[in-house]
Amino acid sequence: MQGSVRYNLGFAAAVCFVCAIVVSTSAVSLADRQDRNATLDKQKNVLVAAGIAAADESLGAEEVARRFEPMTQVIIEVESGDAADGIDPATFDQRAASIDVAQSRPAPDNTARIMRLPHYALVYEIRDAADGLDMVVLPVEGLGLWGTLYGFVALEGDLRTIRGLTFYEHKETPGLGGEVDNPRWKALWTGRLAFDDDLTPVIAVVKGPAGSVDDAPHAVDGLSGATITSRGVTNLLRFWLGPDGFGPYLTRLRAEGGAA
Amino acid sequence: MSTSREALIDPLFNNNPIALQVLGICSALAVTTKMDTALVMSAAVIFVLLFSNLFISMLRNQIPTSIRIIVQLVIIASLVIVVDQVLKAYLFEISKQLSVFVGLIITNCIIMGRAEAYAMQNPPGMSMIDGLGNGLGYGVILAGTAVIRELFGSGSLFSVQLLPLVSEGGWYTPNGLMVLSPGAFFIIGFFIWAIRTWKPEQVEQD
Repeated sequence: MQGSVRYNLGFAAAVCFVCAIVVSTSAVSLADRQDRNATLDKQKNVLVAAGIAAADESLGAEEVARRFEPMTQVIIEVESGDAADGIDPATFDQRAASIDVAQSRPAPDNTARIMRLPHYALVYEIRDAADGLDMVVLPVEGLGLWGTLYGFVALEGDLRTIRGLTFYEHKETPGLGGEVDNPRWKALWTGRLAFDDDLTPVIAVVKGPAGSVDDAPHAVDGLSGATITSRGVTNLLRFWLGPDGFGPYLTRLRAEGGAA
Repeated sequence: MSTSREALIDPLFNNNPIALQVLGICSALAVTTKMDTALVMSAAVIFVLLFSNLFISMLRNQIPTSIRIIVQLVIIASLVIVVDQVLKAYLFEISKQLSVFVGLIITNCIIMGRAEAYAMQNPPGMSMIDGLGNGLGYGVILAGTAVIRELFGSGSLFSVQLLPLVSEGGWYTPNGLMVLSPGAFFIIGFFIWAIRTWKPEQVEQD
């Protein structure tokens, strides 16, 4: 009987049931493809930071896999910097871990406005034939103007020189802070020194032009009209390269003599 | 009852959901900085409108009046989730750029508006045509806005560089207003002005 409470409840339940089936079917049947896309996207961004792929290059799945070949994925314990066994890098989701209370701890006070630090982190190493470190790619994140910037920074085997920097997700204003995606700006990072002689991270995005790598080894041009984004990039790099971030890990690599 | 031709053509200019009814403005501001995002967004809205109108029209005599809005929303929301999933699977790059705006199609007033105003009273076939027409009306304004915003804001169309930028060694200084949301407000305002100059019957009486 239309209009009765029983009819309304029955109708609502039927509609919900049918819709739930449609939604779950599409979610389940497309999940594999979506996961593959997300993995590919992440790997591609690691390659972009490492300078092995260009940001606007369109790469197929096989090409990404081929270029990704030399990368070793390593899970490290952030606080000690030691390699952690027993976690599969293929399934480890660092971003999920950093908001999971069981897998993270409150971050110490920091200017990058990072709230929680994951216990473990996924980093990428490239080693040469003699097992000497050629490059390491570290995930970084921190607050810009509108939201968190997520990206990767690649360091050369000397663990001081920056190979590249890229952000794969951010919410900065297109044309202003969004210029963190500009390939010409990103190219400015290559060859800059992230650390001073005391191994303190001093790299900074400065106001105005910074000059060449020789003139200003620790500085990169600021983004016009994007003071807060620029400051955010400085802060997040200093945090993650510093003692509360990947400092212990970098110290261990240096001690292992990986630094040529 | 209108003819199917009217249902399809009217929403393009005579009764455009954005220009005359001023619905769906939020997404029109957000996704029109680039042509490809604007077109994918339009396609997504057309798909959702087409099928939400179809299903709601098919159920129009069964839907209890007291819960009709929430039933419409359940159907619309399900369709939007399906679209979002498909985009993430097949057009990953663009779905990243569209970010939350695909999900926000659920709250796009055009879709609820057509469900309430048309699909609840008309048979499925006509409702689909009405959905297609309104989706196209939305798409026309989005595409028009995106052409202007991408060309003058980034000097490109479909990400193909047409005007060489000063920052890349060319001569064109991009207009920063175009890449920001207020730029779209101005452009849509000019569209509304142009359409109302062409069709003065759309001008509201004081």
